[in-house]
Amino acid sequence: MTAKKITLDGNQAAAHIAHKTNEVIAIYPITPASPMGEFSDEWSAQGKKNIWGGVPEIIEMQSEGGASGAVHGAVQAGALTTTFTASQGLLLMIPNMYKIAGELSPVVIHVAARSLAAQALSIFGDHSDVMATRATGFAMLASGSVQEAMDMALIAQAATLRGHLPFVHFFDGFRTSHELMKVDLVEDDVIRAMISNDCLVEHRQRALTPDRPVLRGTSQNPDVYFQGRETVNPWYAKLPQVVQDCMDEFAGLTGRQYRLFEYFGASDVERVIVLMGSGAEAVEETVEHLLSESEKVGLLRVRLYRPFSAEHLLEALPSSVQALAVLDRCKEPGAGGEPLYKDVVTAFAEHVAAGGEKFSVLPRILGGRYGLSSKEFTPGMIRAVFDNLRSDEPKNHFTIGIHDDVSHTSLEWDSTARNRDMDGVIQCLFYGLGSDGTVSANKNTLKIIGEETDQFVQGYFVYDSKKAGAVTVSHLRFSPRPIRASYLIEDGQASFIGCHQPQFVEHFNLLEKAAPGAVLLLNTATPADQVWSSLPRPIQEEILAKDIKLWVIDAYKVAKQTGMGRRINTIMQTCFFAISGVLPRDEAIGKIKHAVEKTYGRKGRKIVQRNFDAIDASLAALHEVALPDSAQGDLDFLPPVPAEAPDFVQQVTATLIAGKGDTLPVSAIPADGSWPLGTAAWEKRSIALELPKWDPDLCIECGKCPFVCPHSAIRSKVFTEDALKDAPEGFLYRPMKGKDVAGLYVAYQVAPDDCTGCSLCADVCPARDKSNASHKSLDMVPKEEIIEQDRINWAFFEKLPEYDREKIAWPKMKSAMLAQPLFEFSGACLGCGETPYIRLATQMFGDRMLIANATGCSSIYGGNLPTTPYTTNPEGRGPAWSNSLFEDNAEFGLGFRLAVDQHRHQAEVLLAQLGGVLDQELVREILSADQSDEPGIHQQRERVERLKEQLRKLDRDKARRLLSIADYLVKKSVWIIGGDGWAYDIGFGGLDHALASGKDINLLVLDTEVYSNTGGQTSKATPRGAVAKFSAAGKAAPKKDLGMIAMAYENVYVASVSSGAKDVQTLKALMEAESYSGPSIILAYSPCIAHGVDMSFNLRQQKLAINSGHWPLYRYDPRRREKGLNPLQLDYKKPSVPLKEYYQTETRFAMLWRSHPQEAEAFLSLQQEAVQERYHHLEQLASLPVEETEESAS
Amino acid sequence: MNLETTYLGLKLKNPLVPSASPLSRDLDTAKRLEDAGAAALVMYSLFEEEVIAEEEQLTGLMDFQDLGHGEADTYLPLHPEYKTRLDEYLEQLQFLKETLDIPVIASLNGATDSGWVEHGRELEQAGADALELNIYFLPMAEDSAEVVEARYVNILRQLKGQVRIPVTVKLSPYFTSLGHFVRQLETAGADGVVLFNRFYQPDMNLETLDVQPDLHLSHPYESLLRMHWIGRLYEKVDLSLAATGGIHGADQALKLLLAGAAVVHQASVLLQRGPEALEETLAGMQRWMEEKEYDSVRQLIGSVCQDHAIDPEAWDRVNYIKTLRS
Repeated sequence: MTAKKITLDGNQAAAHIAHKTNEVIAIYPITPASPMGEFSDEWSAQGKKNIWGGVPEIIEMQSEGGASGAVHGAVQAGALTTTFTASQGLLLMIPNMYKIAGELSPVVIHVAARSLAAQALSIFGDHSDVMATRATGFAMLASGSVQEAMDMALIAQAATLRGHLPFVHFFDGFRTSHELMKVDLVEDDVIRAMISNDCLVEHRQRALTPDRPVLRGTSQNPDVYFQGRETVNPWYAKLPQVVQDCMDEFAGLTGRQYRLFEYFGASDVERVIVLMGSGAEAVEETVEHLLSESEKVGLLRVRLYRPFSAEHLLEALPSSVQALAVLDRCKEPGAGGEPLYKDVVTAFAEHVAAGGEKFSVLPRILGGRYGLSSKEFTPGMIRAVFDNLRSDEPKNHFTIGIHDDVSHTSLEWDSTARNRDMDGVIQCLFYGLGSDGTVSANKNTLKIIGEETDQFVQGYFVYDSKKAGAVTVSHLRFSPRPIRASYLIEDGQASFIGCHQPQFVEHFNLLEKAAPGAVLLLNTATPADQVWSSLPRPIQEEILAKDIKLWVIDAYKVAKQTGMGRRINTIMQTCFFAISGVLPRDEAIGKIKHAVEKTYGRKGRKIVQRNFDAIDASLAALHEVALPDSAQGDLDFLPPVPAEAPDFVQQVTATLIAGKGDTLPVSAIPADGSWPLGTAAWEKRSIALELPKWDPDLCIECGKCPFVCPHSAIRSKVFTEDALKDAPEGFLYRPMKGKDVAGLYVAYQVAPDDCTGCSLCADVCPARDKSNASHKSLDMVPKEEIIEQDRINWAFFEKLPEYDREKIAWPKMKSAMLAQPLFEFSGACLGCGETPYIRLATQMFGDRMLIANATGCSSIYGGNLPTTPYTTNPEGRGPAWSNSLFEDNAEFGLGFRLAVDQHRHQAEVLLAQLGGVLDQELVREILSADQSDEPGIHQQRERVERLKEQLRKLDRDKARRLLSIADYLVKKSVWIIGGDGWAYDIGFGGLDHALASGKDINLLVLDTEVYSNTGGQTSKATPRGAVAKFSAAGKAAPKKDLGMIAMAYENVYVASVSSGAKDVQTLKALMEAESYSGPSIILAYSPCIAHGVDMSFNLRQQKLAINSGHWPLYRYDPRRREKGLNPLQLDYKKPSVPLKEYYQTETRFAMLWRSHPQEAEAFLSLQQEAVQERYHHLEQLASLPVEETEESAS
Repeated sequence: MNLETTYLGLKLKNPLVPSASPLSRDLDTAKRLEDAGAAALVMYSLFEEEVIAEEEQLTGLMDFQDLGHGEADTYLPLHPEYKTRLDEYLEQLQFLKETLDIPVIASLNGATDSGWVEHGRELEQAGADALELNIYFLPMAEDSAEVVEARYVNILRQLKGQVRIPVTVKLSPYFTSLGHFVRQLETAGADGVVLFNRFYQPDMNLETLDVQPDLHLSHPYESLLRMHWIGRLYEKVDLSLAATGGIHGADQALKLLLAGAAVVHQASVLLQRGPEALEETLAGMQRWMEEKEYDSVRQLIGSVCQDHAIDPEAWDRVNYIKTLRS
C-alpha cells in the first residue's frame, strides 16, 4: 500500500497521532509547542474523532504545572491522556512527572524541545528542557525529522501502553516543530494495529474507581520508601525491548524501520558521532558524503535515551570504532560533561571494566556541545567534529558552531564545506516582511509542489524579534530525494533569491547565499532600465561575479491594479514559479490557480478572480534586466546604526542588527545577561508608509498625540526663544497659549525613522480646520512628502533640553506629556494597545523605577535582542528592567521591593549611627523628607548627593556601607508588569500573594484578553463569546473579575483603566497607585491584533468597549475610607451602546456568528445582561455610605 | 371577494407583500406575517458591500495573519464550517421556503457591476420565487444620466443572464425621465419595478463633526410620491408595478392599487407595530371594497391611473398650479 503523502510540520505530525490516540488532552500555550494544542482544540471543535470514535476532550489549564496535574488525574482515572509542551513548561511538569512515572502510568508528553531561560530566555530549539527531566523516570524518545515526529509519536504511544512507563517524545523546537516537510501520513489502520485493545482494557483495569478501590499516593517512611523505589526496575529493564518490538511492528506496517540506537556508516568505521534529534539528519548526510571519499566514519543516532540501554548501544556500534564524539544539544555548567556524553562513557567504561567482550579497551570518547538555541549545525561543523576525533591533540568538552575566545572550547570549521547530497536540490530563499504574506505564499508553494508532484520539499522560516516590520527569511528546498539537510541554506547555494521588499537591498547583501547562475527576483518600483544604477555596488559586483540573472517586477503596482491592495504574495509566488524552473511554467501557473481556488473557494469568489487577475498581470509585468559588464556608482549598504552610536552599540548591537550575530565571539557577550539601555534609538528601521504631518497653526497643545503613541515616536517639548537660535529652516513650533506660559514655545515632533505609521496620533487629534473638517493639526501623509525635513527637525528636537520635571502639572495631559519617555521605539505591533501604558509609567516614574516583567509580549518588545526600548534620562537614570519567568513575576517584583526596603532601612539605621559625624540638619532632613511629589524627590536626591560627598570623606566601614546604599534613601518605585496570561492564569497564585503582602508594589496588568505573544490563546481574561485559540467554538465561561478579587482585600488600590477611552483617568490611576504605600493593581485594557481588528481603530475600540460596558472604568482607593469617603469611584457611565455593536466590530466575536450562530446569540445575551448587572453592582458599591468608625460615631 | 393579484407572473392571494426588512431574519416572525395575510415575502437584502467586506475579512484570516514572529504566525482559528453571509442568506432562504407557503422574493442590494449579481443563480437554486434587484448608486458630478442609467441596465442584464426566475428592480425617484428609464429596464428584461427606494440620509454629529448613518422609518405622506408615479406609469409600461414607502394602512394601500400597483409593500409599520398592522391593512381594504362594492382587487388596480382618472390633468403640472393658487 502506498501511503498518502502530506506536507506538514512536526507539530502537526505529532498532534495528528496524539489526537487519534487520546481521550483527554490538557493544554497550555508555549512556543514552539503551542500549535500541537491548537490543532487538537480545532480538531475537537470540528468533531474529529480518535480511533475509538470519541472526540477527545480538550482542556486548557492555567499553567503547564496545571496541565500535568490534569494529565496525572486523568490517567489515574483510566483515560488515555496527553499534553504538549516545551522549555519552562516542561520544567513546571517535573513534579507530576515523578508521580506519573512512579505510579507506572501510560502517558506520552510531546515536547518541541527548546532552550531554558538562564542568562536570557530563548524560544529556539535545543535539548536543555528534556535533559532536565531525565531523572523523572519518564522514558525519552527522540525524533529527528517531521516524519519521525509522527512515527515516534505512535511508537511512544504504543510502547507506553505495553510497557507501563510514561514517555517524553521530543523533537527539536522550530527545526522540526516548524519545518514543513513532505511525509507519509500514518493512517488510522496503522494506528489501530499498533494500539491494541488488550492494552487499553488493561489500562482501564488499573483505573482508580470506587468499584475496585485502591489507595495510591501514600506517604511512606524510612522503613519502605527505598524498597518501594526499587520495585519498578523490572519495567525499566524490559522497556527497551518493548520499544524495539513496537518499532519492528511499525516497520512491518509502514516499511519504515527504526532502532533504539541506529548506526549509519562504514562497516570498518573508526570515527563515530553519537547524537540525537534533528542534527542526526545533517550528520547522516555528511557521513554519506565522507564515505564516498573513503573516510571511515559513522553516525550513531540515539532514539531511546531513557531507559538508557548500554547493551543496545554497544551492540549497534561496529567493533572497529576507535573514537567517538558524543554531542549534546544542551549545557550543564560545572558538570564533568553533558548527559549523553557521560552515559556513553559510562556504558563503555562498565563494559570494558567487566571484561569487554566486544570492546576490550576504551575508545577515545570526546564530548561536545552544539546547536544551543537553534544555532546552526552544518556539514562543515560536522567535518570539524570528525577531524577533532583524529587530531593528535583533540579537544574534549568542545563546542562547535561558536567562536569561544574566552574558554577556548570551540573547534574551528570550514564554512565552505558542502555535501554532495545537495547536488540537484533546488534551494530558494525569500526575504519578506512579516506582514506581506511571503511566508504564507511559501507554505502554499510547498504544499503545491509537495502534494501535487513527486518532488520532496522542505520549508523553514526564520523570523526576527520585532512584531512590527519584522523581516522573514524563508528557506525552501525541492529535491527528487528525501531531504536531510537540517540546516539553513548555506552561502553560495541558493539558485533563487526572492527579495519581496525593495528596501532590503539597501541594507544587507542578500546575495551571499546565491549560487553561481542564480536568479534574483526583486520587487521594486524602479523601472527595469534604471534598476542597475539603484543597487548598492557590492550587490552589483556579486551579480556580475556570480553571473546572476536579475528579474524585476513592481509587485505593489500590479497589486494595486488588480485590486489586491498591498498584497503581493500571489504576485511574487507567480513570478517565482515563472522563472525558478521548479516546475514547467504553464503547469506551475495552473497549479497556483488551482491552489487559489482551493483556498478561497466559494467563500471569496471575487478574491479568487482578483488573484487570477494578479497572476496573469504578474507575468506581463515581469522583466529580466539586461546587465552591463561592470559595476557602477559608489552606493554602499546603509550602516546598521549611525556612526555616532556608542562603542558597544557599534561593536555588538550593530552586528546583531545586521544579522551577523553568529559571528560574535563569546567575549562580546555580557556574562551575567546585563545589557545596556537605550539601544532601540540607534536602530532606525523607517518602517512607516505614512507619517503624521503637524500643522502648528491648528494645534491646541492638548498633548493627546504623544499620549496615544504606542512607539513614543511623537513628542512634545517646551522651550524659550533662545533654544531656537540654531533651529533648522523648516523646524515647526508655535508660541504657547496662555498667560502663564507667555514667552514659551512648544513643538510636537515625530521621529520619522522610528514612527510605524499606525495613525493613532492623527486619529486622536481633536484640532480641526474650521473651514475643512477633514484637515486636522495632525494628518497622515505619504512618508516621502516629509521624511527628509522631519529627519532634520527630529535631530534638532532631540537636542532641545528636556522639560524640568518639577514644573510638570500632573495630571494635566499637555503638561504630563512633556515628561521624557524612558521607553521608546519598541518593536511592538503597529497600534499596540499595551505600550502606551508602559511609556506613561516611565514618563511618570522611570528615573526611579524597577520593573519586573512577566514573559510575554511586553518582555519581547521590552527585552528581546538586538535592542531594548528602555532608555535613560540625561542624568543616566532609567528603568531597571528584568524578566524572570512567566509564572513568578509578582513574586519576583515583590523580591525587588523587599530588597529595596531592606536597603532603605539599613541606610536609615546607618545614617542614624553615623549621625554624629555627619551634618545633623542634613540627616534630619533626609530622614523626614516628603517625597510625595517631583520637587520632594528632586530635593531628596540633592540631599543624598550631599550626604554621599560627606561619606566619601569618611574612612570607616559604616560610611562605605552607607555609601553603597545611600541612593535608596530616594524613593524607588517597584512595578510588576505583565499580560493577562500571567495575571489571570499562570501567575495568579503569586499575584494574589503579592497583593496580600501589604507591600508597596504596583502591578500593571496589560490585559489583551488573550495570550497575545504565543498567538492568541484563551486566558481567563478572555471574554465570554470570544473565539480564540483553544476556544475555537467560542469561550463559554465569563471573564474572571480580577478587580473585584483584588478589592476584596480592602487594602489594595485597584483601578480599571482604558487609556484610549479616558486618558486622564488612566493618568490619575497611575499616580494614585504609585503614591499608595501598599499594593496597587491597575487593569489596563489593551486592544491587540489578536482581536481581529485593524489597530488603526484602537481608540474607537476602547471607546466602544467602555460605552458598551464591556470594560469598566473605576478606581478603588483604600485611603478614601480614612477620609470618610467611599473608596470606590466609578469612572464610566451606564452602558449606552448595545454590546452587540461592539462585538460586531471585532472579528474575535463576530466570527462566532458565522460558525456557531446559536451559541453566539446565547453568549451575547448572557454577556449583555452581565455588563448591565456589573454596572449596577459597581454603582451600588460606589454609592454605599462608608461605615462610621466607633471613634467618629461617639 | 377576490383579493388576488398577479405580480412578476406570480399569482398572489392578495396584494400585501412585506418588503425587505429584518423581519424576514426570524422564521417565527415570517410565519406570523404569513398568518396575518402576507401574500408573499421579500427577504432582507444581501448586500454587495457585506459580501465583499466579508471576503476581505476572510482573506485576512486565511492568508494574511502573518505577523512574521516566531511565536505567533496566526491568531484567530478559522472554523471549517464558517458560514459566510451568502451561506447564511441561502440557508435562511431555504428555511423560509420550507416554513412558508407563500412565495419568497430574495433581495440583492448593491451598486457596481463587480460580479456580485452572480449570486442570483444561487438564490434561484435555493428556491427564491423571484428576485428584487436593489441598486443603490450615488452618482458623482462627472457621471451623466446616460452613464448612470446604463449602469443599472448593465447590472440588470448581468443578473438576467444568470437566472430564469422573474426579476424586479427597486428604483429611487431620482431619474431624469423615469418612464423612459423604466422602459429601458423593461427592454433589458425586467419583470417589474418597485417604486421607490428610501435612502437613509446620513446625519451629522455637531460635537464631533462626524457624518454618521441614521435610520428613520417611513411616514404615510411618502406614499403620495409613489402613487403619483405609479399612476403615471400604469399601462405606459408592460411590467409589474410595486409600491413601497409610506404604506402604513388601508388608505395608502388602496390609493396605490387604484393608481396601478400590482402589489404594495410594507416594512416600517410592521417594524413598529408587528404583523398585526398587515392584518389591519388587509381588513381595512376589504371593508372599503365591500362598502364600495368592488368584487376583486384586479378590478380596482389602475382604475384611477392617469389615463383612467376622472380628471387626468389632476396627475399633471396643472394640478400643481391649482394647488399653488388655492
